[in-house]
Amino acid sequence: MTSTPTPHVSPPADHGAGRLTPLQRIINLRAWLFLVALILGFEVWSRVDFGGSFILNPFNVQSIAIFAVVPLLLAVGQTFVIISGGIDLSLGFIMGLAAVVAAHTVNWAGQYMGLPFAVLMGMFAAVTVACVPGFINGWLISRLKIPPFIGTLGMFGVARGVAFLLAGGTTVPVQNSVFSALGNGRLWNIPYIVIIAAVFVLLMHYLLSQTRFGQHNYAIGANEQAARRAGIDVKSHILRLYILSAACAGLAGFIYAARFSAGAAQAGEPLLLDSVAAVVIGGASLFGGSGTILGTMAGALVIAVIQYGLVFINVKPFWQFISVGVVIIISVLIDQAQRNFGGGRQSE
Amino acid sequence: MSDATPLLEVRNLSKNFGAVQALSDLSMKVHAGEVVALAGDNGAGKTTLIKAISGVYKPSGGEIFLKGEPVSFDSPQEAREKGIETIYQDLALADNLSIGANIFLGREPMRMAMGFLPVLDRRKMAEAARDTMALLDFHVNRLDAPVSNFSGGQRQAVAIGRAVYWNAQILIMDEPTAALGVPEQRKVISLIHQLKAQGRGVIFISHNLQDIFAVSDRIVVLRRGVQAGERRISDTTHDEVVKLMVGG
Repeated sequence: MTSTPTPHVSPPADHGAGRLTPLQRIINLRAWLFLVALILGFEVWSRVDFGGSFILNPFNVQSIAIFAVVPLLLAVGQTFVIISGGIDLSLGFIMGLAAVVAAHTVNWAGQYMGLPFAVLMGMFAAVTVACVPGFINGWLISRLKIPPFIGTLGMFGVARGVAFLLAGGTTVPVQNSVFSALGNGRLWNIPYIVIIAAVFVLLMHYLLSQTRFGQHNYAIGANEQAARRAGIDVKSHILRLYILSAACAGLAGFIYAARFSAGAAQAGEPLLLDSVAAVVIGGASLFGGSGTILGTMAGALVIAVIQYGLVFINVKPFWQFISVGVVIIISVLIDQAQRNFGGGRQSE
Repeated sequence: MSDATPLLEVRNLSKNFGAVQALSDLSMKVHAGEVVALAGDNGAGKTTLIKAISGVYKPSGGEIFLKGEPVSFDSPQEAREKGIETIYQDLALADNLSIGANIFLGREPMRMAMGFLPVLDRRKMAEAARDTMALLDFHVNRLDAPVSNFSGGQRQAVAIGRAVYWNAQILIMDEPTAALGVPEQRKVISLIHQLKAQGRGVIFISHNLQDIFAVSDRIVVLRRGVQAGERRISDTTHDEVVKLMVGG
């Protein structure tokens, strides 16, 4: 047999293809640049206005870090969900629910066991209870094909109601010296909760960037069909994903309760949108497929620096909302510009 | 060559959806190093045929042989494990991941960092990507870039590279040149020549007779679910194929 002779056309070697341009690299680091710019701005203002340093003052650094812990934990869970192409609107009230459960459990367990054990029980209970709405979210979204926005919006209401019912409509104070020491104490001048958050963030960074779970998360966010065809069990991934984000909210609720020695159902209400904002400022796209934990960390710090810094320089606190809003919009504009110009196919 | 056991043989394959007979009594063979084109109008049964071969549909009747062994697949995964890979028009790539990550999607290699921490083995993925792409005569020097940075033809090469890496013996390509510009189409045609030279079998679906004549050894024409004709490319002409397709 003979095949028709055809000129063999070799694809040319594309030595420039696939290279990230310097501009793309800078864009990917934009949250950190925002952070540096903000700190410089506050530093200048502080020196001109008060004659003192803003960022070299350890008290300020500590306050910002403490301020950032709880929103950061929520945002870490949200990062996983947003990369997968979803969104979790219920995280705020799952956190509130966890805070109330933590408070009740620490109080109750304190009657029967040593205070440190009661605190451990509280953490276990908070995270476990938080996983229940997370499981329901994941199940609704993966099995019943409910869009994440709607499914978690429903859970937003359910978790809110349950949290307020458990709290009896009020805050639940905790009497446990170990608990409040955990929330407010320091090791070598670093607050415990900052250490906990740092370790947790490192773990989650590992999970997202170095494991199959993380890799599949990116793939599902970019092309769910491709992930399925490659043999990835997308349904069970989505289920685990929403349990993970809820567990992050559970830990955040526990730390909130430790910090204030009280559980409150509404604890996470204002933090939900901050968590989405931190993820977006951190460079993730709401269309899914991109984002990093370290970027989200920078995003959460940007928000914390804005909130703390504006109070520090005596600006009316309402400017916080405006500034955070503007930063979000700028961040999304940069993301879109990158899609349209920088990140497009280069050699077509 | 026709004496050797074919890589893939389909005998009297039928598929009906309820009362609709989408495919009836179809037989064809693909030998190693052979490119067989499937042609036919819309609804002629091309897609049904490849879905039956690749495990998406269960045939209503007939048999499939792989290297002479009868096989039947309950899922595309099973077909893939036996070496039948389908490359769909939309390529099924995760655009945000590198070539290596796409090749290993769903079967990522791990290594131990510092002796105890399992992490993704990105170096292995990058090396496999480079070697596989070199096999397809396609050279990239930046293996960590997402595949969205590459052109349509290059992305097609990535999808083919993934199949080749996992040792696909039969590649089914559904309209691989349809969404591409002319230079890119030529690249894909040359990729198919590479696959042929490596002794793999290719089933090539296209509406473009020029492409079919440029790359195929044989052409099987379907019309309304039955085989309207089979020709060696060297023995036929555009006109004859068109007549077979429209039933002139």
